[in-house]
Amino acid sequence: MSKLNFLQPDKNNLNTYLYTGVILVAFSIFIVFLNSFFNKDIVSFLPGPISFFLPLILGFIGLHLIRIDYSGLKFLDKVNKNINTNNFNAFLSLLIVFVVIKSLPPLLSWFIIDANIAGDSKDVCTGSGACWTYIKIWFNRFMYGMYPNPEQWRINLSFIALAFLGCVGFFATEKFKKYLTLYYVVVYPIIAFFFIFFFISGGPIFFDFSYGIIAAVISIILGFFIPSKFKMYYFIIVPITLYILLKYVFFYEELIELGKLEALEWVETGAWGGLSLTFIVSFFCLIFCFPIGLFLSLGRRSDFPIIKYISIGMIEFWRGVPLITVLFMSSVMFPMFLPEDMFIDKLVRVIIAISLFEAAYVAEVIRGGLQALPRGQYDAAKSLGMGYWKMHILVILPQALKLVIPGIANTFLALVKDTPLIFVVGLLEIVGMLNLAKTNPEWLGFAMEGYVFASVLFFIICYAMSKYSYNLEQKYKTER
Amino acid sequence: MNIKKILPQLLTLLVVILIFGFFSYNAQVNMENRGITFGYGFLSQESSFDVQFSLIEYDGSHSYFRAYLVGLLNTILVSVIGIIFATIIGVIVGIARLSNNYLIERSASVYVEFFRNIPLLLQIFFWYFAALRALPLPQDTEPMFGVFFLTIKGFFVPAFVWNNLDIFIYSIIAAIISIIFIRIYAKRKQENEGVQTPVLSISIGLLLILPILSFLFGGVDASVEVPVIKQLSQSGFTYEGGIKLPPELISLALALSLYTATFIAECVRAGVQGVSKGQKEAAASIGLTPNQVLKLVVMPQALRIIIPPTTNQYLNLTKNSSLAAAIAYPDLVLVFAGTALMQTGRAIEIVSITMLTYLSLSISISIFMNWYNKKIAIKEK
Repeated sequence: MSKLNFLQPDKNNLNTYLYTGVILVAFSIFIVFLNSFFNKDIVSFLPGPISFFLPLILGFIGLHLIRIDYSGLKFLDKVNKNINTNNFNAFLSLLIVFVVIKSLPPLLSWFIIDANIAGDSKDVCTGSGACWTYIKIWFNRFMYGMYPNPEQWRINLSFIALAFLGCVGFFATEKFKKYLTLYYVVVYPIIAFFFIFFFISGGPIFFDFSYGIIAAVISIILGFFIPSKFKMYYFIIVPITLYILLKYVFFYEELIELGKLEALEWVETGAWGGLSLTFIVSFFCLIFCFPIGLFLSLGRRSDFPIIKYISIGMIEFWRGVPLITVLFMSSVMFPMFLPEDMFIDKLVRVIIAISLFEAAYVAEVIRGGLQALPRGQYDAAKSLGMGYWKMHILVILPQALKLVIPGIANTFLALVKDTPLIFVVGLLEIVGMLNLAKTNPEWLGFAMEGYVFASVLFFIICYAMSKYSYNLEQKYKTER
Repeated sequence: MNIKKILPQLLTLLVVILIFGFFSYNAQVNMENRGITFGYGFLSQESSFDVQFSLIEYDGSHSYFRAYLVGLLNTILVSVIGIIFATIIGVIVGIARLSNNYLIERSASVYVEFFRNIPLLLQIFFWYFAALRALPLPQDTEPMFGVFFLTIKGFFVPAFVWNNLDIFIYSIIAAIISIIFIRIYAKRKQENEGVQTPVLSISIGLLLILPILSFLFGGVDASVEVPVIKQLSQSGFTYEGGIKLPPELISLALALSLYTATFIAECVRAGVQGVSKGQKEAAASIGLTPNQVLKLVVMPQALRIIIPPTTNQYLNLTKNSSLAAAIAYPDLVLVFAGTALMQTGRAIEIVSITMLTYLSLSISISIFMNWYNKKIAIKEK
């Protein structure tokens, strides 16, 4: 047994150092634990400052003692390597552990132990913790805004249907895989648009929509019996003819009567709100801003000076102003630019404004990808005799877009996080609903619960999106 | 020139002109119908509204232009505060994310992931309506360090009362100018003779000594004015004296800096990681000390990667400060595009001025950044 030197622990007296160190660290954590969870200060007999810093000092000494290089114990080496490389690191590690232990009890008690969720009025919230009853009572409003309760199934049904249609790509067989891009870029947005504007909004237009559905269903069924040679023309001509026939010749009166029986109540966009509005706005802006941004970025790199400078002007203008002024513009300035009898719905104006705004950012991201491609790709494509559009669609864009997946995902995340700003024009998505609920005289004083709830929701959505984009990036990563 | 090149351009131009023509024709008709004439003359009219927080003297008898200035200054104030704090937090967190200490790295990434994924507006509301509303009333406030009072009505801090403030400022300016000269001299000396001058300690010394000299010999004199509690009514108290930072400003600056810091942290991390390991090893192998490696090899290269995106973040912060309108902090958007627009009804003029202000700000910064990027770009042969 060699001499013990507590200032420089070494491997020879491993056990002595290890036991002393571990006991000291454990004891220091135990003191803090007792102090924070059971409000018991077992070292209170010591003078003030010493008893306050005692856990830190003890833990520090303990960590110093177990800092032994190549001890041979796997766990100890791991600890030393990760949290205990030198005195400063040990100090910071201890501090973090203590802060976590200290802040757990108040957080736990606020979130769970002292919180209330039972009951259906403000009176049950007597504890010092959170009042989740408030969230429970207002949950419907936070999700659907002022949308009338009996009609909310329409929102649910649309979202479920759209989610289902959105998942088609995962189940598509090899045969249909090549049409997927077309489906997602053209067909799916149109279906979504019809769903949201005619189904969620309801009203007389919905009947038009029903003719369209009937026409489409009949033509698809008939389509199975058509030779593939004519399919292209068939799917353009037949649905339109059927639609016109249905609407103006056959069932016109009957369908109106039928429609009147179970007419969907018209819900104006001013009543939409809550999380569903967040989804609707971000969904449409996402769909629209991508193609606009794509064209802007191509325009910015165009050889035609007029197109180039118009694109640059567009991009720099939208990137230079804050979104809130764009929304101000769409709500107070834009109506001045329209003929007096022309009225564009508030929600549509907001969606156009946000789409144009985010498109500028998307354009810059895509331009980065286009610039990152080596010239050889362009030259090779041209030498094969490809024209501008063929070259871009087949060679350039697939590679460029692959490169900019993270950037585009970030822009989309920014878009989702920007949607609460539509409160400027009086549309109340979830954050706006929270502010409305907060001022309700029966439910004053629960701002914290509301914001925590919304924060958690947004965190889940945005975090999931960023993780998904990371996976996508890994999936499409190619060696260059 | 063939037709294939000219036609698309002409068509685009035609479409743009048509859209603009359509808009301006409608605007003209609409304004005629409402009896408004287009013009910026209203800027000199009396504004007759009050702003609750302003850096320059302002009340209802001043002009709309003055109101615009008040809003602009408030925007700049909150942006500068936010930029300073966001940089400090961002750099610390960015370095913490590179730490080999597992706990530090984890806590830094939890912070980044958490604050980055929550909308800024929600954070502003959280601080303003939830967190700062939990503060005590003025009469119940425990002072921090005896002179700071954090109350529900705002943060009261002591103010300095200066004598001969101009001499003090001159001394600081003189110190800064001499530091710049010393830096230039030191760089030239190093390039010519390879001798390093301790620029940092000289600079800190100068920055301390010159102002102290101004106190001793320049007749500069500063005293501290501590806020004192004052009763307004039966239950209404406030503090008098010192500087009052309204809760709107605090919550806005807090939210902006915590949110932007996450992005700056990522920039810093990417910058430091972007310096290849070989550079550090090469520097160490020619005998530089770790500090010299950091100062002379790693930092100059890392800054080249860090600065452009960080400037972008500063710009974003400035633009995001317009969210102030949501909590009634009187910034440019609230004062000018809000109150002034409501009073005058001149939507086109006011919104265009507001947008142009932000636009000129960001375009000038991006021109500067392009110039800077060209200057620092590695010149490869």
